[in-house]
Amino acid sequence: MAENNPFPGENNTGHVWDENLRELSNPPPKWWMIALWASLAWFVGYGFLYPMWPIGQEPTQGLLGWSQMDEYNEAVAEVEKMRAPYENKIAGMNAAAILEDSELQEYIQRSAKVLFGDNCAACHGAGGAGNIAFPVLADDNWLYGGQIDTIMQSINNGRAGVMTAHAKILSDEEINTLAQYTLTLSQGKDDPAGKTLFQQKGCIACHGMDAKGMHALGSANLTDGIWRFLPEAGETQLDSAEYTIRHGVNDPNDPQTREAQMPAFKDRLDDSDVKKLAVYVHTLGGGQ
Amino acid sequence: MSDNQRNKHDAAVDELYAEAEQWHINTGEETIHAKRIPGKWRNLKRLAAATWVVFFLGPYLRWGERQAVLFDIPERQFHIFGVTVLPQDFWMLSLTLLFFAILLAVVTTVAGRVYCGFFCFQTVWTDAFTWIEEKLEGNPQKRRKLEKAPWTLDKLRVKAIKHFLWLLISALTGISFVAWFTDVYQLWGDIFTFDLSPVAAGTILLFIAGTYVLAGFLREQACFWLCPYARIQGVMIDRTTAVPTYDFYRGEPRGRAVKGKKKNAEQGDCVDCNQCVAVCPTGVDIRNGQHEGCIMCALCIDACDVVMEKLDRPTGLIRYASLDELEGKEDRPIYKHPRVWVYGTILTLALSGIIYGLLGLDAIQMKVLHERQPLFVAMSDGSIQNKYTIKLLNKMSEDLQIRITVEGPQGLVMKDLTGNEVAGGLAMIEAPHNKVAAKTLTIRVPRASLESESAPILFHATTETQAGEAYATQRESVFIGPR
Repeated sequence: MAENNPFPGENNTGHVWDENLRELSNPPPKWWMIALWASLAWFVGYGFLYPMWPIGQEPTQGLLGWSQMDEYNEAVAEVEKMRAPYENKIAGMNAAAILEDSELQEYIQRSAKVLFGDNCAACHGAGGAGNIAFPVLADDNWLYGGQIDTIMQSINNGRAGVMTAHAKILSDEEINTLAQYTLTLSQGKDDPAGKTLFQQKGCIACHGMDAKGMHALGSANLTDGIWRFLPEAGETQLDSAEYTIRHGVNDPNDPQTREAQMPAFKDRLDDSDVKKLAVYVHTLGGGQ
Repeated sequence: MSDNQRNKHDAAVDELYAEAEQWHINTGEETIHAKRIPGKWRNLKRLAAATWVVFFLGPYLRWGERQAVLFDIPERQFHIFGVTVLPQDFWMLSLTLLFFAILLAVVTTVAGRVYCGFFCFQTVWTDAFTWIEEKLEGNPQKRRKLEKAPWTLDKLRVKAIKHFLWLLISALTGISFVAWFTDVYQLWGDIFTFDLSPVAAGTILLFIAGTYVLAGFLREQACFWLCPYARIQGVMIDRTTAVPTYDFYRGEPRGRAVKGKKKNAEQGDCVDCNQCVAVCPTGVDIRNGQHEGCIMCALCIDACDVVMEKLDRPTGLIRYASLDELEGKEDRPIYKHPRVWVYGTILTLALSGIIYGLLGLDAIQMKVLHERQPLFVAMSDGSIQNKYTIKLLNKMSEDLQIRITVEGPQGLVMKDLTGNEVAGGLAMIEAPHNKVAAKTLTIRVPRASLESESAPILFHATTETQAGEAYATQRESVFIGPR
């Protein structure tokens, strides 16, 4: 083709169209080629320094020995180093003392929030807001007491409320009267007829003469506006109260009984975590 | 096709290819050796380049105990003389960037690529590098000759000195850059004791490499092929923008000046001396019209004026002129360009925002975060409790004791986290300087005093410095109750 080239001496490829339209083979700019080769060299160097080549079961590990997992572990170690002064302090103090330490307080507000989310919020709701069948932790109403040590005990050993099912012991009318009585109590009023029945039928044994409950037993305070068991959709508070009296709580002889069980956490959490959670729960809004 | 037509056609094609030949694009295979001549624009260029002295010397200024201007990234504080800017004030940076972006636009609309030609570091550093080259290797002809000359000891010596000086400037550039981000005196100490942090060392090395390659070798190629601003600014120019322009109506047809002879009537003023091309740092021929490679440094104006003066012809054959002016159309004054007004308005807004921000930098800044999980809690005594986290940013240079009081629904009670009522309704927060201090408070309100689902609640923060200056700020939040 070269001898037929109409434009000899030019760096064209010999392809000519329409008499004078031809393809040239100009090299790319030098700096562009340098950049290309430099990036290729970078790629090869990078490939030897870092994990890359897929040879065998695992890719090559790279001469620098860098790995993403190491970097992650280093970052975790760094965070733990930042936490260490607080964590060491917490390990050496009891929960009541931690409660008084405002610096540790702010630390716990953040770190225990995560613990609470992982271990507690499934039942007690985020921020201790409670759920239909699970107690609110953000208020000042406590079944077993809101002192820091009691809260720790609850977390460590769990809790299971007990109330006998009264379906076979009381008549429907009596159950209705007692349920009505708890409703009047919660509104701060009194009802002599209900009070008589309440005392006669032995409710006072657990709920107390003043119906304010006993922390030792975990019996509910019936005189405030807070209910342990809330009505389900379509029910009234009266229906819910009647149901509780009729079927009790955790009564093994009544298959329809209310369930109120908190598992023990001492095997799942270490001491420091329990302390942190207790302080966190205490400060949710109603610690005593 | 008649013979006449064919000839005409051939002539047109010839002309086309002649133009293509002339339309040579330098992709770096040819080093531009621009001639340096004195002149008005050269002086202006020197003045403009002198603004970069600030870049080199700025870090050495002190303000009390610390560097006057310090962008302290690890501590997340920007110190600008007496002002400390914290991440919370970062919106001002956006306004600053907006200001400079629009400034670039408005200047380009009025007078073309002023930034490229006079202020850009690429232009300024390249100019400095070629100045060194000229001092060592001589004028452009000598340099071209030296380039082709065989390697002798003399050539090696000259080249070695040149590259050493280039690298020295590059190193100073890198160190000066890093000095804005760390204490400069300590930086020099670290350099001489080989104790630099890897980040500082890496940045300085990158700057050395970048400066050396970009200003020493790539030069105008960076403006041609790398720089996006060059392209952006190109489209901001219109018929009314005054840019260095060759007056082709006056200059064409060009012709050589002949000794002792007056130019004939048909001839234009251009004597085809090629001086405008010789001085061009990007190797552009301005007489071909607007060119993407023209950085509008106006050096060709100087070159042409010198020649015109020598030949007793009026200067300004190449001058700052808009296309409209050149074509004899009405030349709109600057204030009649709508673009200038739009850009100017944005410029003013951004600037007033920055000034407002700098003047209004509160000594203390309060944020009140209302707890959302749960929004409220019903307490056993029938009151409603809400939880708030108060965050206080202390921007003073001393630690402060800040008092918090609350104004809201009747009968409200403020309690701290441990459930104790805050004495006198006044919470104290210790706020270390330049840090955010947080405190969580609970507030109880009797249900009877809540008229609706939410009620406004106002937090006041007051404090005094040791010198007795009082500062106060407030923040509104909501108190939420049941429906």
